Amino acid sequence: MIEAKKLVKKYGDNKVVNDVSFKLKKGKITSFIGPNGAGKSTILSIISRIIGKDEGEVFIDGKEISSWDTKELAKKVAILKQSNHINIRLTVRDLISFGRFPYSGGKLTSKDWELVDEAIRYMKLEDIQDRYLDQLSGGQRQRAYIAMVIAQDTEYILLDEPLNNLDMKHSVDIMKTLRRLVDELGKTVAIVIHDINFASCYSDYIVILKNGKIAKEGEVKEIIKREILEDIYDIGFDIYDIKNNKICVYY
Amino acid sequence: MKNRYLIFILIALSSISLFIGVKEVSIVDLYHLELDSIEILFLTRIPRLISIIVAGIGMSVSGLIMQQITQNKFVSPTTAGTINSAKLGILVSLMLFSSQNVILKMLIAFLFALLGSFLFMGVLKKIKYKNTIIIPLLGIMMGNVIDSITTFFGYKYDLIQNISAWMQGNLSMIIKGRYELLYISIPLVFIAFLYANKFTIAGMGEEFSTNLGLKYNNIVNLGVTIVALISSIIVITVGQIPFLGLIVPNIVSIYKGDNLNKNILSTSLFGAIFLLICDIISRVIIYPYEVSIGLTVGVIGSFIFIYLLIRRNK
Repeated sequence: MIEAKKLVKKYGDNKVVNDVSFKLKKGKITSFIGPNGAGKSTILSIISRIIGKDEGEVFIDGKEISSWDTKELAKKVAILKQSNHINIRLTVRDLISFGRFPYSGGKLTSKDWELVDEAIRYMKLEDIQDRYLDQLSGGQRQRAYIAMVIAQDTEYILLDEPLNNLDMKHSVDIMKTLRRLVDELGKTVAIVIHDINFASCYSDYIVILKNGKIAKEGEVKEIIKREILEDIYDIGFDIYDIKNNKICVYY
Repeated sequence: MKNRYLIFILIALSSISLFIGVKEVSIVDLYHLELDSIEILFLTRIPRLISIIVAGIGMSVSGLIMQQITQNKFVSPTTAGTINSAKLGILVSLMLFSSQNVILKMLIAFLFALLGSFLFMGVLKKIKYKNTIIIPLLGIMMGNVIDSITTFFGYKYDLIQNISAWMQGNLSMIIKGRYELLYISIPLVFIAFLYANKFTIAGMGEEFSTNLGLKYNNIVNLGVTIVALISSIIVITVGQIPFLGLIVPNIVSIYKGDNLNKNILSTSLFGAIFLLICDIISRVIIYPYEVSIGLTVGVIGSFIFIYLLIRRNK
C-alpha cells in the first residue's frame, strides 16, 4: 500500500501541496481530480520520488520513500508523466525494453524479452513495434509509453494525465486498458485526470484536490454529486444516471 | 549502412592514407624492407593514421554523448564551451609552467574543460525556454567569451602564436612521440560503450530516468567528464576540429536512431571515416603541400551542417 501522511510541498512561500494525507487502495483505480493548480501532479510526483517533499511522509509497503533504494523502488512503482519526448528517435520496442532496466540493467535476458513481447501484445503494438516514436501519432505514442510501464511490471502504476491530447477513441482505449490492468493483473493504478466523466466511469475511488488540499475523497458514487462538484469547480452541474454510470453535464 | 561496410571502408581508406605523402612509399619498398620507407611509415604515417582514427572516434562519441544528455541535436564539445575552455586551460598551463610537460598540460586543460562544460550544463538547467537553436547558440556565445579571455592573456603574455597553433586542427605535426597521449581516450571511449544504455535513458530526461531507478545526475556527470577529458586530449595533440562531433552523430541518427546501444559503434566508425576522408583531401588538394585538417573539416562540415538544418526544418 502507498500511504501519504501530511505532505507539504512549497515553491517559495506558496504551498502547492498543503497537509495532504491519503491511502491508495490496493487493486483499485484512484483518480485525482480538481481544478488546475490544485497540486494533483505534484502529489503523484512526490509519491513516486520524482520530486522531493518539504514535509510529511510517504510509506510504500510500510517503508518510508527516502529509505527505498531507487532501483528497488523502480520495481515497485512506475510513473508516467505527460510525455513529450518527441525529439528522440527510439523504436517502440527499444522504449518498451527500457521498462526492464530496473531488473537487468542494459543486458536483457530472454525472460525480459518475453515480458517485453507480452507488453507489446497487451497494448496491441505488434504492427508498429519497429517504428520510431517520432513517426507515431499521439495515441500510439501514449500506448507505447504505457506498454513500457507494463513491461516494468510494477505493483503500482501512476499516470499523470494519460489522456492528454488524445481523441475519444484512444482515451477510451487507454482507460479500458487501465481497467484490465487492475481487474486482470491486480495492479494498483492512480491517475491524474481532467475529464470528470472518464474519472466517473472508470475509477473506483476519487480524490478531489483544491488549492493544495484534499477537498473530498471516497468512492465514485459518494463523490460525483452535484453539490460537491459545484462547490469545487464553481460552475453548474447536472448529474444523470446512464447505464449505471454517473454522467456529469456541465457545458 | 551496415557496420561491416563501414569497417571495410575504414580499412580501405586507412591503407590509402598510409601511402599518400611527399615521400613516396610503396608496398614494393616495404616488401624489400627498404629502411627509408619503413622509417617514414613508423615515424609519421602510422602515427598520423592512428591519430586520425582515435580523434575521429573520440570527437564523434563525445558529440553523441553531449547531444544525448542535453537532449539537443546541436550541442557538441565545440558548441558547449568545452573546447574553448580546454584552450584557456592550455594557455594557463603555459603561463604557469613553461615546461613542456604534456601530462600536466593535459590535466589543466581537462580541469578547465570540465569546469566550462559544467558551467554550460548549469546554465542549461536554469533556462526555461529550451529552444533547439537557442541552446547551442548560447554555448557558442559562452565559448566565444572564454576565447576572448584566452586571446587577451595570449597577447598580454606574448603567447598568441602558440594559441593560433591550436585554433586549427593540424596533423602534419603528428610524429612518433607526439601523439601517444591520444591513447588515453581509447579506454574512455570504451567506458562510453559500456554506459551507452544509461546515456540513452538519461537522454529521455530526469523524471524518466528516476522512474527506471537510474541515478540521473551521476550519469550526466560521468558523460560530461568523459567528454571533457577526450576533448582536451584531442585539442592538445591534434588541435581543434570543428563540426565533427556535431554532424557525425546527426547523420548516423537519421538511419540508426538514437538508441546509443545501436548507434555508438556506427557513430565511431563514421567519425573515423569522415576524418580520414578529410585528411586525404587535405593532403592531396595542393600536393605536395597540405592544408590543415581543421580547414577541410570546417568547409565540408559546414555544408553538411547547413543541409542538416534545412532537412530538419522541412
